[in-house]
Amino acid sequence: MHPGAWWVWALGLGIAGSRTTNPLLLGLLIVVAGYVVAVRRTDASWARSYGAFVKLGLAVLVIRLGFAVVLGSPVPGSHILVTLPELPLPHWAQGVRVGGRVTGEGVVFALYDGLRLAALLICVGAANALANPSRLLKSLPGALYEIGVAVVVALTFAPNLIADIQRLRAARRLRGRPDRGVRGLLQVGLPVLEGALERSVALAAAMEARGYGRTAAVPAAVRRTTGALTLGGLLGVCAGTYGLLTAAGGTYGLPVLLAGLAAALGGLWLGGRRSPRTRFRPDVWGVRAWLVAGSGVLVAALVILASVHSPGSAAALHPGVVPLVSPALPLWPAVAVLVGLVPAFVAPSPVRGRTGTPGTPTLSREPS
Amino acid sequence: MIRFEDVSVTYEGAREPACLHVDFEVAEGELVLLVGPSGVGKSTVLGAVSGLVPHFTGGTLRGRVTVDGRDTRTHKPRELADVVGTVGQDPSAHFVTDTVEDELAYGMESLGLAPDVMRRRVEETLDLLGLAELRDRPIATLSGGQRQRVAIGSVLTPHPRVLVLDEPTSALDPAAAEEVLAVLQRLVHDLGTTVLMAEHRLERVVQYADRVVLLPAPGAAPVVGTPAEVMAVSPVYPPVVALGRLAGWSPPPLTVRDARRRAGDLRERLADRPYPQHTPTPLSMPALEPAPSPRRRFRRNPPPPPANPTPVHAAVVDALTVRHARVEALRRVGLTVSPGETVALMGRNGAGKSTLLGAMVGLVEPAAGSVRVGGAVPHRTAPRDLVRRVGLVPQEPRDLLYADTVAAECAAADADAGAGAGSCRALVSELLPGVADDTHPRDLSEGQRLALALAVVLTARPPLLLLDEPTRGLDYAAKARLVAVLRALAAEGHAIVLATHDVELAAELAHRVVILADGEMVADGPTAEVVVASPSFAPQVAKILAPQRWLTVAQVREALR
Repeated sequence: MHPGAWWVWALGLGIAGSRTTNPLLLGLLIVVAGYVVAVRRTDASWARSYGAFVKLGLAVLVIRLGFAVVLGSPVPGSHILVTLPELPLPHWAQGVRVGGRVTGEGVVFALYDGLRLAALLICVGAANALANPSRLLKSLPGALYEIGVAVVVALTFAPNLIADIQRLRAARRLRGRPDRGVRGLLQVGLPVLEGALERSVALAAAMEARGYGRTAAVPAAVRRTTGALTLGGLLGVCAGTYGLLTAAGGTYGLPVLLAGLAAALGGLWLGGRRSPRTRFRPDVWGVRAWLVAGSGVLVAALVILASVHSPGSAAALHPGVVPLVSPALPLWPAVAVLVGLVPAFVAPSPVRGRTGTPGTPTLSREPS
Repeated sequence: MIRFEDVSVTYEGAREPACLHVDFEVAEGELVLLVGPSGVGKSTVLGAVSGLVPHFTGGTLRGRVTVDGRDTRTHKPRELADVVGTVGQDPSAHFVTDTVEDELAYGMESLGLAPDVMRRRVEETLDLLGLAELRDRPIATLSGGQRQRVAIGSVLTPHPRVLVLDEPTSALDPAAAEEVLAVLQRLVHDLGTTVLMAEHRLERVVQYADRVVLLPAPGAAPVVGTPAEVMAVSPVYPPVVALGRLAGWSPPPLTVRDARRRAGDLRERLADRPYPQHTPTPLSMPALEPAPSPRRRFRRNPPPPPANPTPVHAAVVDALTVRHARVEALRRVGLTVSPGETVALMGRNGAGKSTLLGAMVGLVEPAAGSVRVGGAVPHRTAPRDLVRRVGLVPQEPRDLLYADTVAAECAAADADAGAGAGSCRALVSELLPGVADDTHPRDLSEGQRLALALAVVLTARPPLLLLDEPTRGLDYAAKARLVAVLRALAAEGHAIVLATHDVELAAELAHRVVILADGEMVADGPTAEVVVASPSFAPQVAKILAPQRWLTVAQVREALR
């Protein structure tokens, strides 16, 4: 399946999440994303990034709460949970407060806010875990191919570098030097960089010998048109954005932006003709991709619709904190979020057990 | 197909040209082997075919190289990519993508072949190289032999008419090397591909070659001829040729089969000669016992400790199990090494040889069982203390070298080992005569670098010396020097354990051979017994003179005297 579909789906969930502060709805959203990841991720290395994103989300939540407790909250409140000793500050720091009263309203507000950020991060993490990054890069337009290769090479390079560091640190033990500690890391720095440089040169030679950078002859007229379109398009995009953002340019902003975008895309397409490359088994955007991407778009659209057009739901999407009320689960937005579960059934099931696990560092370069 | 016309290459900043007046021609569909000692410019000649020399490496190329009629002077490497496929010494440096299938397609994508053609060729290549099972696997999880096959496959898919290979089998175990060579044979026979390859391990490849190009010495003109003609005069030759020269067979045999058919006489002459006593030199302490059979070892109690405090065994490994992530790399392995004894660890790539060495030097923690080296537990011993008990020369000797001159490296080694100033330098002068103090370790040849790493390790005078794959990239002369050095060390009472794929080296050096398979020990016994019985681990001389148990040319020479 096309990896772009996962990103559309995850961004759809993320947009839906950003439209609400209802903790029940956000919790449901996180559960939906987590369930899809659990049943549809492979055991490839990028799939393990999900855990890191969940931890990051938790950290954001905790930090947000910590700030609300220590620095106070702009939300007025009457339910005092605890009163911290307040730090006396000089008069020029007026408006800043450290310590003091911690109100229930402030903490709940911070919790909702932090949860929304965490939900966004978890959605991005889900996309990262589900979409193969190198296949996603292969879907870049031909004119951007070089950039894609650079990123792919970097992606395979980092693990090699880490393996090198581990190997060389282990080798320090053989010289009778301690193999732990910061000093050890610094001393292997130079050999590791030398090794990395040598590997890059070898890789560059291999790529050159395999035909990287072959260009097709393109008529001068096409070349000039490409340049003009790309440059003009970018200028148009800049002007259009400026128009949209300033008060005066409301009328011309959108058309100029769209025209600039079209010109830039045309330039990219024409630029792709310079490269004679073809693609091996490109990912096709098939029915499954449509369903996965569509479910994400639908979630976002339905939640936005509910927040705009249904007054009842709109209130439920942002449960009040002053006065404190217990949040209720609004029916329609909840059903809309559940639509996000579609990929758990339509996306292809992962093949497990095909990839090996990297071994612990030894001095050998062969897989042990 | 490939034509070198009076080619000389001088790299920038080099005093001497890397190769001089190279002039030969390779016809279409030939398999040509490029041989010669280290440093005669074999890699330069190979690089010149793909145009990487001088377009990529810099330097000046005089003369003319043409491939399929295209002059490399006017064609950049990328413009030759559809004619020449190149695989370098280290296949890992060659991979651009991360899975097998994508790697096979990469070259074709660059050339802009149609999608249906690509699809067909990838399938064909997967079958041709036996890679179909691995098509979706990430390259990082493949073994050495599999990587080498993927690297060859990845340059084959654009259907190049010329294939250039630099030491395709030197990192591989004997079975994996056979696999790769079988593939090359098929390419030459079925597809008419022209193959030019350089290889140090002639015993593996010389019988497959149609012609051999010999670069006898730096700056000398190449000698071109049939393998038999060239081997008769070459300074580098495999054991089978050495035996042929010794027995006076002319032209020298190239394959074990050839030699066996002529060896009737020799076998008769050798029949009544006694086999050499290839046992460890007796030492001051009566440490040596007959090598016990592997089954008995687990139950046998260690011998009662003698009065003197030094332990009887240099290393005792007992029921050792090591896990990497969830995979068991070693399962209940037992090994005892006595002082003065040389043990060769053999087995496939990934059988656990390096892991066993790592456990003996404390790099790898045992999951169960125990390791004792000179009475100490390696992974609990401080590195400073451990270097005086055991030393390991890793697969990549460069990993041990940090300094930017030989002298600084030696000074650091003295300080690390707590040895007197100059002790490392003295060892270097002994092992590596004629190396200047201010040489950068990176500028040394493979063999010299190995010798330097060995000297650094020996500075602490460890009674147990471990070597991981020491002959990778060494030519026969460097190998002979290494054998002499290691023999002398064993005679002094050092216990030596070497993990190697090189059956000839094991035959020359080892008193005992231990074979590992999938983390288990499957054989342990005197070299002659273990090696002669095995088709893949037997040295050429043993195969020729079987059922007699001669292992090396040196033994035969000694016996005939």
